[in-house]
Amino acid sequence: MNLFSIAVRNLTYRKLPTALTMLSMALGVALVVLVLTISGVIEKTFERTSNVGYNLIVGAKGSDVQLTFNTVFFLSQPVENIPYSYYMEYLPGNGRQKEFKRLGGVLKDPERNGHYDFLIKGGFAIPLCMGDYIDVFRCVGTTPDYFNLLKHGDSNDLDYRFAKGKNFVDFSEENGYFEAVVGSQVASVMKLQLGSEIFASHGTSGGEQHNQGFRVVGILEPTGTPNDRGAFVNIEGFYLLEGHVAPDRNEESGLEKKGSATAPERESKFSKVRLPIEKREVTAILVKTDGMKGIGLQKQVNKTKFAQAVSPISVISGLLGIFVTPIKWALLAISSLVCVVSAISILVGIYNSMNERKRDIAVMRALGASRDHITAIIFVESVLIAVGGGVIGWFVGHAVGPLSNAWTEQATGVHVDFFSINSTQEPFIVPGLILIGILAGIIPALAAYRTSVANSL
Amino acid sequence: MLEIRNLQKSYEEPSGNRLLILDIPQLDVAEGEQVVLRGESGGGKTTLLHIISGIVSADSGSIRLDGTELTHFSEATRDRIRADKMGYVFQTFNLLPAFTALENVRLGMTFARKKMNAERGKELLSKVGLSDRMHYLPSQLSVGQQQRVAVARALANKPRLLLADEPTANVDPANQKRIIDLIKDVCREESVAILLVTHSDEIASRFERVERLELINRAFAARTATSDL
Repeated sequence: MNLFSIAVRNLTYRKLPTALTMLSMALGVALVVLVLTISGVIEKTFERTSNVGYNLIVGAKGSDVQLTFNTVFFLSQPVENIPYSYYMEYLPGNGRQKEFKRLGGVLKDPERNGHYDFLIKGGFAIPLCMGDYIDVFRCVGTTPDYFNLLKHGDSNDLDYRFAKGKNFVDFSEENGYFEAVVGSQVASVMKLQLGSEIFASHGTSGGEQHNQGFRVVGILEPTGTPNDRGAFVNIEGFYLLEGHVAPDRNEESGLEKKGSATAPERESKFSKVRLPIEKREVTAILVKTDGMKGIGLQKQVNKTKFAQAVSPISVISGLLGIFVTPIKWALLAISSLVCVVSAISILVGIYNSMNERKRDIAVMRALGASRDHITAIIFVESVLIAVGGGVIGWFVGHAVGPLSNAWTEQATGVHVDFFSINSTQEPFIVPGLILIGILAGIIPALAAYRTSVANSL
Repeated sequence: MLEIRNLQKSYEEPSGNRLLILDIPQLDVAEGEQVVLRGESGGGKTTLLHIISGIVSADSGSIRLDGTELTHFSEATRDRIRADKMGYVFQTFNLLPAFTALENVRLGMTFARKKMNAERGKELLSKVGLSDRMHYLPSQLSVGQQQRVAVARALANKPRLLLADEPTANVDPANQKRIIDLIKDVCREESVAILLVTHSDEIASRFERVERLELINRAFAARTATSDL
């Protein structure tokens, strides 16, 4: 026998008090691990959503947080719109001229063709038009590039895949410009199938509904990104909806010219007539550049009077630092308090047992155990309860993640394995438990140390 | 082997006066000798065993075990000597309730410097007739069986001296003789000296050498004289 086995036997002999004390410690540690896991899931969710395949969002001057929230998370309201011709400046190479030829209309500032070419070369720019809703979900007018060029996933290497159907196209014989792709949650909540027709309501959820609907041609597989909650319609069709035509403005005053916001005449929904460039606006432009060029592009854009470029990752990281991290630390502090309470219960449990164990201690002393032996046994008992309970709590805390994967994956797209969420704080748990055990054992150990052998035999 | 000279021990009374409990000019126990110290309750028998074993310090005097003076040592050293060279059998057995019979015996080996063969615990329990009760908890053993485990535990480290404090006081008369014979036989087999204290004439009569505490403890005589006045 050794001091460890003596301590173990003492604990197993007092099964119920030992189990209850361990349970309280397990609860405390499980809470700590759960807080770390949940905050890990939140951070991963933010990471996934901010890692959406573009590094800049360009939009009208205003709040960078609002622009990011609106564009990435489909939350908040859009900032102002910017001209489509401005978006065309981001098209690499001679993309602006090509787009002009494709769409027709009046193109101002021809000298700005390929303006950002040297910064955006090798990348892409995708326009977004927002402001409408389909049921409670955001309606996003965009180009097929949204699903052809953007990637998602932890390493941003996953193509968007369709559970049913396919991506919409610029123009189809069956549906003209009016095709749509919906996210998995939209399809599930609205019970949409391929071929369903969806109608956008103007401005707000529950607002006035447009007469022209969009045919669902694709339903996305769940991605764990906000795109699961989005309804994506062909931007060409979006522009043709009532109220989506940008008015002409007086160049000096900037005031709207009355009666200028009119859509072109179209014979039917299958007509190939498009809204001309000067009548188009976009809410945001998703820009992908190579490496450091993004910083240069951001600086250049932010010098302009009407546009801003924001890095979604920076904005999201900033928000994490401001809101999520302090909440995480507050929850950790509360969970740690539970551990402290558990430590006190260890102390009380062992200390209370001292009275009934005085004789046992005296017998061991009479058999030759020194005061140090007895003290060590008490410390081992205390540490065993703390670490034993803590390890149980650690397993429970980690097991909750995988057990709740069905819900977590649907809500956040994050799959939690037993060891997948490893925070930087976690390696401190076991040393912390040993420390708690030692601290909790000090008073009982002192009581044991002072036990009078002669009086207790 | 054990030599006690001019040993004195007193306690402070609630009144503040010091009460002399022990005043023993001389007491020797030879190697392997089996000695009974007979005395009435309150005569200082247990205190004497506590002092010899190092659990309690003497006020003055000398205790030598195998020529080594024990009274000068620190408590930690006395603990170690107790573990290595002495066995202790208590009046109330004092088996640890959480440990089986075998574990109680092995517990005695845990604190000694010399490492005994793990099989010795089983051998000793066989010697005291408990080979079939090794894994029983004390609560599952009879009173007599518990005291036999206590005897085996006291001998676990092959001590030089066995101190036994009224080892049969809580045992029924039928078992008293068996346990005393067992202690004597096993100690003889293991060449262990015995210093057994008892108030029972019957127990004392089973030993060749019997010392009466009131005769060797001058403090007892002094107290008796005072109370007679």
